[in-house]
Amino acid sequence: MSTDLAVIGAGPAGLAASLAASARGVRVTLIDAGEQAGGQFYRQPAAGLGARRPQELHHQWRTWERLRDGLAASSVRHLTDHHVWCVEQPQARQAGFTVHALRGPLQEEPATVRADAVLLATGGYEKVLPFPGWTLPGVVTAGGAQAMLKGGLVVAGRTAVVAGTGPLLLPVATGLAAAGVEVAALVESAGPRGFVRHLPALAAKLPEAAGYAARLLRNRVPVMAGHTVVEAHGDDHLEAATVAALDPGGRVRPGTHRRIPCDTLAVGHGMLPHTDLAEALGCRLDGVNVHVDDEQRTDVPGVWAAGESTGIGGAALALAEGHIAGRSIAARLRGTAPDPRAWAAADRSRTRLRDFFAAVDSVCAPPTHWTEQVTDDTVVCRCEEVRAGAVREAVDELGAGDLRTVKLLTRAGMGWCQGRVCGPAVAGLAGCDPTPARRPFARPVPLGVLARAGHPTGTDHLTEADHPTEEGPS
Amino acid sequence: MNPLEPARAEPGPAFAVTLDGREIAALPGQTVATALWAAGVTSWRTTRGEGRPRGIFCGIGVCFDCLVTVNDRPNQRACLIPVRPGDAIRTQEGTGHEH
Repeated sequence: MSTDLAVIGAGPAGLAASLAASARGVRVTLIDAGEQAGGQFYRQPAAGLGARRPQELHHQWRTWERLRDGLAASSVRHLTDHHVWCVEQPQARQAGFTVHALRGPLQEEPATVRADAVLLATGGYEKVLPFPGWTLPGVVTAGGAQAMLKGGLVVAGRTAVVAGTGPLLLPVATGLAAAGVEVAALVESAGPRGFVRHLPALAAKLPEAAGYAARLLRNRVPVMAGHTVVEAHGDDHLEAATVAALDPGGRVRPGTHRRIPCDTLAVGHGMLPHTDLAEALGCRLDGVNVHVDDEQRTDVPGVWAAGESTGIGGAALALAEGHIAGRSIAARLRGTAPDPRAWAAADRSRTRLRDFFAAVDSVCAPPTHWTEQVTDDTVVCRCEEVRAGAVREAVDELGAGDLRTVKLLTRAGMGWCQGRVCGPAVAGLAGCDPTPARRPFARPVPLGVLARAGHPTGTDHLTEADHPTEEGPS
Repeated sequence: MNPLEPARAEPGPAFAVTLDGREIAALPGQTVATALWAAGVTSWRTTRGEGRPRGIFCGIGVCFDCLVTVNDRPNQRACLIPVRPGDAIRTQEGTGHEH
């Protein structure tokens, strides 16, 4: 299967780019893991659930309708249920990329797409910092609670605490309340002072924030700003969460602890970009984000990136970046330089929204001294069950000075999730800067698929020539 | 309130699956995880090292905490795999390869 442009990810960035490029004559193949387009922000209820009013659990629905209808009316080929594990770099003197995916419910059947250009619109996932009790069933990421609600129309329990920091907490709290969950508290570690300091940059979104505030009020959700969760309680299941006030320096104030009974704790401390595919292609990163220029081009020729992978900034920024990328790709594939004046409106949105999220980032940072609340016996790496004490010992007693050494000494980050969840926590506890993980594959790949993918005749089907002779390979 | 209500969902007919031999009802379109949550089950795995219970954490296929054994295949991400009529879901202990 071959195409002009392979767009990886059917969230806002990927959809905007696909529509912009295909409207300009580019043959686009949109490759996504979901059964339906939408990504995380516009995650749709599964078709079998027959939801007649999914918008009740969504925001900015009209934008979604435009994207959905635009996709249906376009010539974009949309591959659903395709989990991309690697994009291969162009061979020397051979133009084009090979996108490797797995499909089917068990993600075992290989599929490949060859493309002249690639747009990485891989989105992001949630960062959660550890605290005692965070591995108890009932503690979920805020985005996870949202995904289960939007996609599966289910909630975990009756009484929830939504906690952490960042703009995602607001829709999660109001979404759970709309679904009938009693939201016992919205616990945001940022205090009002930070918001006031960054008011000019944040002002544009005040009407949206006011809308959430009204909904929180209507559902009688108590908002605790300048507070943090210090512990989740329970034996085999969450029974309560203890929250406490923070002082202006980001330390827990003694004597302010309060225990809130709950069976669900939805927690998040911001978002991280998915950069595995970009890293394997050799794209330059700025910190944890894929570096792009004004046209959303990475520094690898033929590879563009848009949306959360280039820096967390929400759905509206992803749309602007995707649109610009799609127009840039359409021009560049024709061998012409695009005229940036054609996307001036999207460019203005991009600038404004990047400024906004830079301000959000500085206001909604986790408490400065969050590691003080992480006891030595708190599990940090959930996969390998590595405790904070082991990470501290690796640094303080065994002399580890970087994340890789911590990993080798403790196994933190060696499990199923490959450090995606514990990475920021281990970095914080070890006092090291987060470093790119450089995972060669974006998801687990069956060995048989991997073996065939390396064969020059392609990966879609085994031919007789692919089988070793009876004598075995020479 | 059931979250099916605000979205005015009218799912197709429910079907039966089993969790450790116990029959539970699932709906078309659900994943193994959403079917289990809807049945009031929030953990379906114990960890390799300390045998601690786990269930959904990230909900989007990143964290691998929700691993479960379905039809004798261990280590399936419950948040990603669709539930099918007659599925035999089993609580996964450890690696899922020890019986």
